[in-house]
Amino acid sequence: MAIFTSLAEKLQNTLRKLKSKGKLSETDVNEALREIRLALLEADVNFKVVKEFLAKVKERAVGQEVLGSLTPGQQVVKIVYEELTNLMGSEGNKLNWASRPPTVIVLAGLQGSGKTTTAAKLAYFCQKQGRHPLLVAADVYRPAAIEQLKVLGQQYRLSVFSMEGRHDPVDISRLSVEQAVSSGYDTVIVDTAGRLHIDEEMMGELKAIKEAVQPHEVLLVLDAMTGQDAVKVAEAFHQQVGLTGIILTKLDGDARGGAALSVRAVTGCPIKFIGVGEKVEALEPFHPDRIAGRILGMGDVLTIIEKAQAAFDQSQAREFQRKIRQKEFTLEDFLAQLKQIKKMGSLDELVSLFPGSGPFKQLKDLQFDERELLHMEAIIQSMTPEERRNPSIINASRKRRIAAGSGTSVQDVNRLLRQFGEAQKLIERLGEVSSSKRFKGKGLFPFLS
Amino acid sequence: MQFLQKLKAGLSKTRENLAGRIEKLFTRTRGVEEDFFEQLEEILLGADVGVTTTLRLVDGLREKVKKERNVDVPFLFSALREEVVKILGEDFQPLNMAPSPPTVILVVGVNGSGKTTTTGKLAYRFSRQGQRVILAAADTFRAAAADQLAIWAKKAGATLIQHQPGADPGAVTFDALKAAFSRKADVVLVDTAGRLHTKGNLMEELKKIRRVIERELPGAPHEVLLVLDATIGQNALVQARLFKEAVGVTGIALTKLDGTAKGGVVLAIAQELNIPVKLVGVGEGPEDLEDFQPQEFAQALFDRN
Repeated sequence: MAIFTSLAEKLQNTLRKLKSKGKLSETDVNEALREIRLALLEADVNFKVVKEFLAKVKERAVGQEVLGSLTPGQQVVKIVYEELTNLMGSEGNKLNWASRPPTVIVLAGLQGSGKTTTAAKLAYFCQKQGRHPLLVAADVYRPAAIEQLKVLGQQYRLSVFSMEGRHDPVDISRLSVEQAVSSGYDTVIVDTAGRLHIDEEMMGELKAIKEAVQPHEVLLVLDAMTGQDAVKVAEAFHQQVGLTGIILTKLDGDARGGAALSVRAVTGCPIKFIGVGEKVEALEPFHPDRIAGRILGMGDVLTIIEKAQAAFDQSQAREFQRKIRQKEFTLEDFLAQLKQIKKMGSLDELVSLFPGSGPFKQLKDLQFDERELLHMEAIIQSMTPEERRNPSIINASRKRRIAAGSGTSVQDVNRLLRQFGEAQKLIERLGEVSSSKRFKGKGLFPFLS
Repeated sequence: MQFLQKLKAGLSKTRENLAGRIEKLFTRTRGVEEDFFEQLEEILLGADVGVTTTLRLVDGLREKVKKERNVDVPFLFSALREEVVKILGEDFQPLNMAPSPPTVILVVGVNGSGKTTTTGKLAYRFSRQGQRVILAAADTFRAAAADQLAIWAKKAGATLIQHQPGADPGAVTFDALKAAFSRKADVVLVDTAGRLHTKGNLMEELKKIRRVIERELPGAPHEVLLVLDATIGQNALVQARLFKEAVGVTGIALTKLDGTAKGGVVLAIAQELNIPVKLVGVGEGPEDLEDFQPQEFAQALFDRN
């Protein structure tokens, strides 16, 4: 998930110049702010939001709440970070569950924003939390939209409510809630048709659906790649239907995500989830503070830790940490890591969570193919224990044997050994970073050096 | 003039926003001062024109103000319009057709940009011109994408070639071409799965589809159409660049121009990438697909009436 990468890089470059200064003149601040302005605009942040944002940052930067431990440059970074977080909403963004089930969630949005896919993801998310969701196919306009939801339902064993023939979406929605009550579903997720926010008739239909089912959540599904129009769309939906939150989709591309910054600021509706991939699991709760950290290149370390905690065995993790510190990282550990990483989710996504600077920079350029993991596993498992501990003994003849044993080629074996070498180097540096004092001392800003 | 009318209808919101605001600015402002340029910059940025193109346009006007003596607001207005027309290119660029049939058109784009709908509208248009059309459902990934295309095929009276969900899109394309040869079809439209331009393996899949076409019919695909959502912001540029690198995009279909999206991104794409916009989607009906006329587009954007 290369979320916000460019914005992060740009801001970092600008702020790096500030960081090195001991004292800031007003000209310095102004220059930095101008660059931040361009970076934000190129990231599709709404121009009105940019204006307000910069005004706030400037006011605080000039008004200086002096902190002894920070240089003025660092302080500006801190202000930008905090204001970014504020902009995206600082409080928790949990779903509102009904005190008496079923909880009714209506998804709405423009055509092609990803409502149907998101509906399935959300149902899957609820199911994993032990709920019993019912998906409702209320898009009677787009050809085969109902079919799409049914197929998704079949794929992931989710119940889908649909009606044959062309029915009124309002009736479908109302009947689905009745069905949910009688069949014991506790969550109803209504997938509505895509509509333009200026299409009065269709917006009227959405209001009627809302009226009929009295939803606990009305979520706007918004494509993260949307430009300046994002704000207008969100505002229009909010004014006419009353939104309770937003789901941003397609954040796994390289969209700079300015929409995320703007929408919350203008409508006041919290962003509750983000879609980060095509698979059904690829829906994450939205954490504004972590995203702000990512934008500034501080890395989303919290998310990594959470993911790791979910997948890693505690004692293994401690053992791994010890190895990082002592720089004894062998192919066996590499294999164990590969297996655990597979449990944590997609690699692209994980890598994108690391800070974009320092020892992690080269990570960003790696391209991953999930199937490669399988091959890597096979190759390592075709090695003898001695080879795994001490790869330097692997000569041409051993490589041929390993390749034959794992059903790969010598080139594949070579590539794995090279990758292992890179991983080893990276981990050595990681060891250096985590044992050095400045990492602990700076807390939030490990990238400031 | 049908194009102009439809576009105007579709763009009426656009005009209210971009042209309307520019007009307001031009009529409200008497003297030409720095403040004026800043506001102009904001209007263009707000229309998704993008930082680079906006700066180029506004700086161009600044130069003019420096050079000429008696610069007034109406003068700048027409200068800006000229500049926009220059960026968009003077002439309308039609779809590339094969000298002898079949013409193969490969339709690509990110998820949700409107590929299947655009492919369907194109099939409808070619059928109405009396062409025999084959639709290849090469989106084997998205649930029910082939069903969606099947409905369009029926509407257009085109032949649909499809495989099981999850099948190799290259194989679907291959079969579609074979069918086109044996049935002497005039046009083959290949609807591919939406993919984010950043996913290396999916872009490779797209290249493979292109290779299959090249191998089976030298000289094809005659047109590689990138479908872009007009509401997309600056990311459209990156999309266009990467799809162009991967499969040699030869034209752009700009969809969803009937919303409030201001289409400013068209300027940025024309200016920075030199890929012509060929088609415009301005509604949901089968006929709501128009040729892109740069002159008329600029006019519709700036026309005072």
